[in-house]
Amino acid sequence: MPRPDQPSLEASPADPVIDARDLVKRFQGVSAVDGMSLRLGAGEMVGLIGPNGAGKTTLFNLVAGSLRPTSGEIWISGCEVSQESPERRIGHGVGRTFQIPRPFPEMTVLENVLTGAQGQHGEGLLANFIRPGRVRREQAAAIGKARALLDFVTLSALEHQPARILSGGQRKLLELARILMAEPKAILLDEPAAGVNPALLETIMERVVELNRQGRSILLIEHNMDMVSRLCTRVVAMALGKPLAEGSPAQVAGNPAVIEAYLGGAA
Amino acid sequence: MSLDLVAYGAFFLTMALTYAVMCLGLNIQWGQTGLFNVGIAAFVAIGAYVSAILTTPDTPDRLGGFDLPIAVGWLGGACAAGVAAWFVGALTIRLRSDYLAIATFGVAVTVQLCVLNLQPLTGGPFGIGFIPRPFNSLAGDPLAFGLANLALMAALVLVLYLALQHLAKSPWGRVLRAIREDEVAAQALGKRPIRFRLQAFTIGGAIMGLAGAAQGHFIGFIAPDNYLPILTFQVWAMLIVGGSGNNRGAILGAIIVWGIWALSAAAVSAFVPPEQQARAAALQIVMIGVGLCLILLLRPRGLVGERRSMLSLGRGRKS
Repeated sequence: MPRPDQPSLEASPADPVIDARDLVKRFQGVSAVDGMSLRLGAGEMVGLIGPNGAGKTTLFNLVAGSLRPTSGEIWISGCEVSQESPERRIGHGVGRTFQIPRPFPEMTVLENVLTGAQGQHGEGLLANFIRPGRVRREQAAAIGKARALLDFVTLSALEHQPARILSGGQRKLLELARILMAEPKAILLDEPAAGVNPALLETIMERVVELNRQGRSILLIEHNMDMVSRLCTRVVAMALGKPLAEGSPAQVAGNPAVIEAYLGGAA
Repeated sequence: MSLDLVAYGAFFLTMALTYAVMCLGLNIQWGQTGLFNVGIAAFVAIGAYVSAILTTPDTPDRLGGFDLPIAVGWLGGACAAGVAAWFVGALTIRLRSDYLAIATFGVAVTVQLCVLNLQPLTGGPFGIGFIPRPFNSLAGDPLAFGLANLALMAALVLVLYLALQHLAKSPWGRVLRAIREDEVAAQALGKRPIRFRLQAFTIGGAIMGLAGAAQGHFIGFIAPDNYLPILTFQVWAMLIVGGSGNNRGAILGAIIVWGIWALSAAAVSAFVPPEQQARAAALQIVMIGVGLCLILLLRPRGLVGERRSMLSLGRGRKS
């Protein structure tokens, strides 16, 4: 299996960064995801919507590697990764955030972001004693990059504070900076607007647009249809683990099957 | 101040520093990585026995006795305990904290029973005596002997402290803390929790083995009763009192708790009638327990809590 090179943001839109094919995930006989396929092209921003219990987060976890599919295939940048462990996804250029943010609460904001750095020789036990100069240089470069990312997500003033003091919206921004430290080609954003105040929500949306403009592919789970319509060029709707509709935000929002799935047949 | 008191002070501090080494080993496992090791006594015992077997003179009724230098014994003890920790870790490191505690407790009981029953190798219940002591040529002068041993242990603790601080501030230490705080999030960032946890468990076990070797050589005699679960309890109390996650706290906690232990023993022999002293010895454990409760109530992060940032950065310095 080929090992991916450093993430390149110049892949052709024809080559999907993420290509999930006929994914099925069953939990003790219950199908949370039942035959879903999903493609995310280079530089694309795709919204994934569906009512509660549709299987969006399970699909997300399958793509991120937190769960392994019962059947189906996941290809990332041309590599089949279905059975690989989650820690290898980032090496293929796919990073994720969590629906409920998961900062390292007792570590500082800056240390949280630094943890996202990849390929640090200092993460090897012996390198810290036999190559201290190289470790120090890499660490200094990583600190500079982490500070630039904290500027990008407007958290610079809090860099020495423990992450536990951050608000929900700030934690989402911190997660974004942390995953950007790994320079992923594609980012999976799980409900970035949930529980975030309007001012911070605007900041998050601006940053997501900017990341997409830089060429990063983004897969976005979101209930906020206004946000999905503003950000995404393509939307995939799912319900009961199955695909329901796909198209532009307007097409999907007007689809009777989607309306029925959200309103339970009351429309 | 009499010379006897100084000599006793040196003896007390040397013993406390051997516990400080165990505490530093536990700190890398629990304080930095969140590994709930309740089998400390096992790794201390392995280090002590391996070092004793390597360094004692040939004995007719016991296997081993290689008469090697003390430094080789210490190194051998640390390596043996490290290998044992790696083996135990490889089998148990995937367990959640409470199950890991049960598994490591089982290992400690097993090791203690092994040293108790493997009489041809360990001397069984009689233990191993005549373990060579550092600076034995000074044994005729208790003050010089005590101070020389204190200096040796202080140097060992200092070297370990500096090395562990260097690791704690390194990207390696940062990953350990990230795994301790949230393993799933660390995995999502490409970190391999099993590999890092196993490394921390092995290093911690090796340090505990080194402590066991050093203590055995300082006292000159080891026996299975030295490695009962109470030892594990003592070391845990030391780390919690001093401050989990902080190497300085680990050293401070060892000195304070060993002080309480030694003072309570002295108080029992001074104030309790001889026929009741064996029973009253349990008061030592009660005192440690009460001290532990007070610390948990008044300073839950210990006397010296974990530093907020392990980065060696100047505040506000921008690159």
